[in-house]
Amino acid sequence: MTNQQEVQVQEKRELEKKQEGTIPGRVFVAVADIFETDQALTVVLEMPGVNKESVDVRVENDMLSVEGSVDFSNYAGLQPVYTEYNVGNYARTFQLSSKIEQGSIRAELKDGVITLILPKSEEQSRGKSLSAKRTQDSRPASGVLSLASL
Amino acid sequence: MADYNDPFEALFALQRALDARHDSDWMGESTAGIGSYPPMNIFQKGDDFVAIVELPGVSKNDLQIEAKENTIRIFGNKTINYEKTASVHRRERLSGVFDRTISIPIQINPDGIRAEYRDGVLAVFIPRAESEKPRIIKIT
Repeated sequence: MTNQQEVQVQEKRELEKKQEGTIPGRVFVAVADIFETDQALTVVLEMPGVNKESVDVRVENDMLSVEGSVDFSNYAGLQPVYTEYNVGNYARTFQLSSKIEQGSIRAELKDGVITLILPKSEEQSRGKSLSAKRTQDSRPASGVLSLASL
Repeated sequence: MADYNDPFEALFALQRALDARHDSDWMGESTAGIGSYPPMNIFQKGDDFVAIVELPGVSKNDLQIEAKENTIRIFGNKTINYEKTASVHRRERLSGVFDRTISIPIQINPDGIRAEYRDGVLAVFIPRAESEKPRIIKIT
């Protein structure tokens, strides 16, 4: 085996919100890996306990936001006796530096890990200037992607 | 017992309940057991217990559970494979091997343990040993 190091415990980080929510409860920051190839930007987020139906991915004004909800009904009738972590919904937002092809974002959820593949738009990968791109694409870039429909 | 019917109240109540039992002394001296990953929460459900463990990114085939007397061992490995050509912007996820053994401070029935794994969350159902269950005493 090549990888023999031990997995370390990562304390969950609570999301710092700009506005106060109307719903009580804590939201956690999903641990993320991000990498880029010539064609696409890949964002991988860990959201244990989140299923396909409860993930919301949005790209709006060059901001990528991903939210995942945990099903709390699974905890009905359970009384905690010893705990090491808290549970809550997950959220994370990233500023995108490249123009993304909105319509062809792909998402995959496996074992509580969401992989988003955000293909760069044609002009971007051919290296056209950003200002040229901006005038060409005057309508506001926004899109909502539902994992359930994929 | 908290009422989990209202989803928002349920979330808040659950979070408070989890906080209240954070690192409680229920596990006694054996708290950490061996190894610290993965973190786990232990709940009581009627007479029995449920351990809930978050293992995002661990595939079912790389996860093993062993039980003996009152100890439970959860071990395996978490692998992360990315294309070598990609340029990395952010690297927060951790990978590697894990091995954790916990001792439940009560007598359990190791043959009755079952486990479910879904969406990166492992639930281990731990039945209490028959000999541990409270007996109703008849008053004569």
